[in-house]
Amino acid sequence: MDNVNLTINGRQVSAPAGSTILDAAVAQGIFIPTFCHDPNLPGVASCRICVVEVKGQKNLTPSCMTAVREGMVVETESPAVVEARKTILELILANHPQDCLTCEKNGDCRLQDYAFIYGVKEGGFTGERHNYAIEEDNPYIIRDMNKCILCGKCVRTCAQVEGRAVIDYAFRGFRTKVAPPMNNTLGDSDCVYCGRCVAVCPVGALLYKPMAGKGRTWEIAREPVTCSFCESGCQFYLNKKGGRVIGVSAGSPGLGRPLCLKGRLGMELLYCDDPVTPQLKKGDVFQEVSWAEALGLKGVIDKIKKLEGE
Amino acid sequence: MTCKCGHVDDSVKQEDLQAAIEKFKAVKGGLIPLLQEAQDIYGYLPKEVMQQISSGLSIPFSKTFGVVTFYAQFHLKPRGRNIIRMCQGTACHVRGASRVFDAVSEDLGVGINGTTGDLRFTLETVACLGACGLAPAMMVNDDTHGRLTPEKSVVTLKQYE
Amino acid sequence: MNNLMDKCCDKCAHSPQTPCKDYVACRLDGPICHQDEACKEKRARFRDEVNPAPGQGRTVICVCAGGCISSGSMKVYDKLEKALAEKGLGGSVEVRKVGCHGFCEMGPIVTLEPDKVFYTRVTEDDVDEIVASIGGQVVERLLFTDPETGGKVTRYDQVPFYARQQKLVLKNCGFISPERIDHYVAMGGYRALVKVLYGMTPREVVDDVKVSGLRGRGGAGFPTGAKWEGALNARTKDKRYVVCNADEGDPGAFMDRSVLEGDPHAVLEGMIVCGYATGSDEGYIYVRAEYPMAIYRLKIAIAQAEQYGLLGDNILNSGFNFHIKIKAGAGAFVCGEGTALMTSIEGNRGMPRFKVGRSTEKGLWDKPTTLNNVETFANVPMIINQGGGWYAAIGTEKSKGTKIFSLTGKVINTGLVEVPMGATLRQIIFDVGGGIMGGKGFKAVQAGGPSGGCLPTEHLDLPIDYDSLGAVGAMMGSGGLVVMDDTTCMVDVARYFLNFTQSESCGKCTPCREGTKRMLDILTRICEGKGVPEDIETLDRLSRVIVKTSLCGLGQSAPNPVMSTLRYFKDEYLAHINEKRCPAGTCQALLVYSINAEKCTGCGLCAKNCPAGAITGEKKQPHVIDIKACIKCGNCFQKCKFGAVEKK
Repeated sequence: MDNVNLTINGRQVSAPAGSTILDAAVAQGIFIPTFCHDPNLPGVASCRICVVEVKGQKNLTPSCMTAVREGMVVETESPAVVEARKTILELILANHPQDCLTCEKNGDCRLQDYAFIYGVKEGGFTGERHNYAIEEDNPYIIRDMNKCILCGKCVRTCAQVEGRAVIDYAFRGFRTKVAPPMNNTLGDSDCVYCGRCVAVCPVGALLYKPMAGKGRTWEIAREPVTCSFCESGCQFYLNKKGGRVIGVSAGSPGLGRPLCLKGRLGMELLYCDDPVTPQLKKGDVFQEVSWAEALGLKGVIDKIKKLEGE
Repeated sequence: MTCKCGHVDDSVKQEDLQAAIEKFKAVKGGLIPLLQEAQDIYGYLPKEVMQQISSGLSIPFSKTFGVVTFYAQFHLKPRGRNIIRMCQGTACHVRGASRVFDAVSEDLGVGINGTTGDLRFTLETVACLGACGLAPAMMVNDDTHGRLTPEKSVVTLKQYE
Repeated sequence: MNNLMDKCCDKCAHSPQTPCKDYVACRLDGPICHQDEACKEKRARFRDEVNPAPGQGRTVICVCAGGCISSGSMKVYDKLEKALAEKGLGGSVEVRKVGCHGFCEMGPIVTLEPDKVFYTRVTEDDVDEIVASIGGQVVERLLFTDPETGGKVTRYDQVPFYARQQKLVLKNCGFISPERIDHYVAMGGYRALVKVLYGMTPREVVDDVKVSGLRGRGGAGFPTGAKWEGALNARTKDKRYVVCNADEGDPGAFMDRSVLEGDPHAVLEGMIVCGYATGSDEGYIYVRAEYPMAIYRLKIAIAQAEQYGLLGDNILNSGFNFHIKIKAGAGAFVCGEGTALMTSIEGNRGMPRFKVGRSTEKGLWDKPTTLNNVETFANVPMIINQGGGWYAAIGTEKSKGTKIFSLTGKVINTGLVEVPMGATLRQIIFDVGGGIMGGKGFKAVQAGGPSGGCLPTEHLDLPIDYDSLGAVGAMMGSGGLVVMDDTTCMVDVARYFLNFTQSESCGKCTPCREGTKRMLDILTRICEGKGVPEDIETLDRLSRVIVKTSLCGLGQSAPNPVMSTLRYFKDEYLAHINEKRCPAGTCQALLVYSINAEKCTGCGLCAKNCPAGAITGEKKQPHVIDIKACIKCGNCFQKCKFGAVEKK
């Protein structure tokens, strides 16, 4: 494909035609913050944190979706851009709990990182804030919608799972919320707890419950592992603290059924030093079940036991 | 669709709903007009109706719920027999619409989007009725009432049973 | 033959079943398929019935079935029909339901054609008198009184409100029956369609629209011809759409509603011509759900156009197909934004999307789409009929033609006004609009709805067009003009518009969703007397960032009312913040009520109506208000018959 030439922050840059300003900048090692952008989840340009200044354009433009053009002159940290980013961060923080000290995501949170980079200490605006109940009514995912910044990555990720799309945007304006149907909790929905939404959440709105309280993000090392429960070959991460595996989290999906709960539970049983008791939904409530049942191996194990005569 | 005797026959509604789903199954962008028809049939959008629509059109329930909660005209709860829509337009605003609203709200004992206990009235606001010459104005069902005062608005409502 | 669209006799070869290029001409000026003087007369008679000439002894009583319905015009209509039938006048007098006449302040409006007799605020009780007057003296007391001369005005073209307008788009509104296609055809309708189908290539149509200089009437003023050219040249060839934006949502704007309700065929004809010019065979009209009458009349119009072969497959045997579908909105202002409207037609939450390229390349269902609003399409037939050059002679250098404004607020003549581009605000507000109600002083006019700005007295003589309004911080928008007098608080106005855009924000992008909320919080605080000096700078910064970073036009223009009031009326903000005073006397929390002892008669009415029990006084002695107990509801001010209660 042809390349186009443009200038970013005074630097002459060449980038493939059709690529975005963000792609071109990242390729040059130029930092641009993003919340809603994810190369695997086609863009929506909704968070506006990645805006940059393009010479000749009245308004700032989201770099994640604006294609490069020959002769384009881009500034990624001009005064207008910095003012916009600071203000957007302040606006998000004005409607976001400032409990970083106890937040599970502390140290692995984009909002925190960008606030640090742009020197934003606090929300700066008073007024109404969201006041949603924290959802912990299922054994796998904690949802704190007060921390949600509505980047929508979880919505797009969930929609990629065949037959799921358990969550979507609901309501509108300031009341917009990511929600399962009827604004129910995840525990009341058709969610299968594959955990992919947790993996893409840039802030602390979605957390993996079995690992809650078990360590700070910087104490935990992640080690990829390939699931062998079916031929899809999904990638999971073993989360290690002090040499012990404390939990397994979703990585990247393989072909076919991606990152299923059974696979992750299997990985936990295999690798965790202290695996939590698995739970499955029976009717409307979660119940603790045996590992054999959780992994759908009850019949097989019973047969093995029988054949091997106990 | 509903008879006045208060007797509710859901099987008729159900038939109408199924017919509407069939009608819009193959229509591109059919979700919103289908929801509008369903609401005409039921007066609001119960969960079960939204579920049937979702599976009928092969659309995730979460999306249907998202669409329903996006648009102001869709309702998740039963509404009153008479719908009052108070205009909040610019012309009405500068001619005292908020005083009219307060008077009606106080008289009915409900706030915005509230329904009276006897299901007689639902009080809603609308951005603009386009009846600015009659400001301040309100609509009750399909009737527009204009040049309102707090007193006149309360009296006007008496005619709706 | 019952109307103009029917065959005149068995010899007539023109019918919807045998479509051809002469069909419309045959109906209007025919018959041209056969020679028969009797048939010709019949046609002329039907034409004259729609549009009677003076002195023929025929009278048409036009009753507004638009906005006037809400002031009771249909009762007048019913009684007129009954009265005429009783008198046996059914043959020579027709009662006709027509669209909006524009002068809503004087509704219900009844006009008598062809003499242009103009009756205002007509009620059922006036009907007998009107019927009795036909052929004789006009009913003097129902005539309009010219406020300048104090004299009665008989004809509407002599009423200042109309005399100073130039009705091109609205020429049929208030005259023809919007539910009858034969009325539209009798007034020359669908000739533009025949002209393009049989006399012009799509390129020629596009060129003519370009020559006309027509710009989008929906708000931004994008050149219509250039847009059509973009669609015509679009790379995708398989499918294209034409979309009519009838999601008129600006509070205080009802021009599109009036056109749809008063002359729906003009919009359809404009859309079909656009379809021909851009190579599209399918159109959508997205009408806001709050306009049930517009939807009803559009449905009738579409059915009739299809019935007579002017819409559908192989229109007039030209080989050109075009279908129009109606999509009713479901209550979301943001859907007036182009990409949100298309997203909504596709069946989704009406959230705008980031445009990669123009909609004429990738629009509805990712196909090339030409999106124009109602008024824009309604301009098209006359441009085709009379030529782009003729049209370009009207208006200013860069804004051609006329513009319909809806004039509302504290103006005497509320209503719809069509004036050439370049008319000044003063001409519209004072000459056409009759000036400010109640003899108060003009303070500002809010132009362009929630996306527009408030303009002060110094801009009254500004000739208005797209560019001049933009330059002073307002915008054409869809054409709303809300007039404010010196009792209107500009901070409260800014708060009102912010409240509107904030509650209509779709919630997709951060600056609009969170930013407008915080701006509203600040404005509300200022109106409540809790503002701090830094608020001005914060409002300024939030405005700047929201304008520069929001995803769609709604967000990008949401701060305009705040920015324009900060620009022209900063002293009012400062008075609220620093002195805790509302100069206009609007912001309740900042008002101090007191009783002027000299005017007070001690009647006690105020004390009786005070919900807080804050007013005391002996009978027949001046009363006093306890400021600490006063909840500032204003009841005493409203009730006092002697003007003794003062607020400041």
